[in-house]
Amino acid sequence: MTVDTIAGTTVDVNEEGFLTDPSQWNEDMAVELARREGIDPLTERHWEVIRFMRAAYEAKGTGPTVRMLGKTSGVPVKELYQLFPKGPAKLAAKIAGIPKPRGCI
Amino acid sequence: MGDTIEKVSIIISKGSLEGIYPGLIMANGARAEGIEANLFFTFFGLDAIHTKRLEHIKVAAVGNPGMHMATLVGVLPGMSAIATHMMEKKMESFDIPGIPEFMELIGDTGCGMYACKASVDLFGFTQDDFIEQVQGIITVGEFFGIAGGGEIIFT
Repeated sequence: MTVDTIAGTTVDVNEEGFLTDPSQWNEDMAVELARREGIDPLTERHWEVIRFMRAAYEAKGTGPTVRMLGKTSGVPVKELYQLFPKGPAKLAAKIAGIPKPRGCI
Repeated sequence: MGDTIEKVSIIISKGSLEGIYPGLIMANGARAEGIEANLFFTFFGLDAIHTKRLEHIKVAAVGNPGMHMATLVGVLPGMSAIATHMMEKKMESFDIPGIPEFMELIGDTGCGMYACKASVDLFGFTQDDFIEQVQGIITVGEFFGIAGGGEIIFT
């Protein structure tokens, strides 16, 4: 387990930089985490996906894959890749402070 | 973390369900990881992008030891359709999309899709025979150009 200081707060992260305790997350961290991934600024559309990821995690204990995001978040797959070019589900999860979704599809 | 893969080009050369899915899953999975991906369809793999054929992709019921079924049973009329139906139902229960939906999804991820010129000529197809996600009919040389700097996987 490693620690990282994100937006002035020290949190626990795994080797890929994902928060290991989603309750430590706040919105200021999302802004910095996004900037680190080259996403700056976070638009309202990004926030829609980030909030959706957190809600899905709270409901199911895991974040959705790209296909499920495209089907359920209201943001189509093409746009998801425009918002998060380096992998929508993976990056949105990282920015949202939840574990990386596991799933092959 | 060690070295990372930044780009991958996957060749799909077979036209059976079990010949097509692995390449599609790998291409889609690569894009989900933020890896640049291309799909190159050659020989019977072209069925996966053929507008009239992609909805009728079947599991091979004959010559397929993985089916655990006697070859003589596999040759019975309709056997391939039954095996395909069972497989599709099973896949649906695991939320794996059918091939038409999968091709659309992969196109939306920004994965490149190309048809092999030699095979297209051999089968007498044209660009009009293919789904809109196919960006072009290209030669082997052009494929290597597009695949440059990345990994190549043949399936």
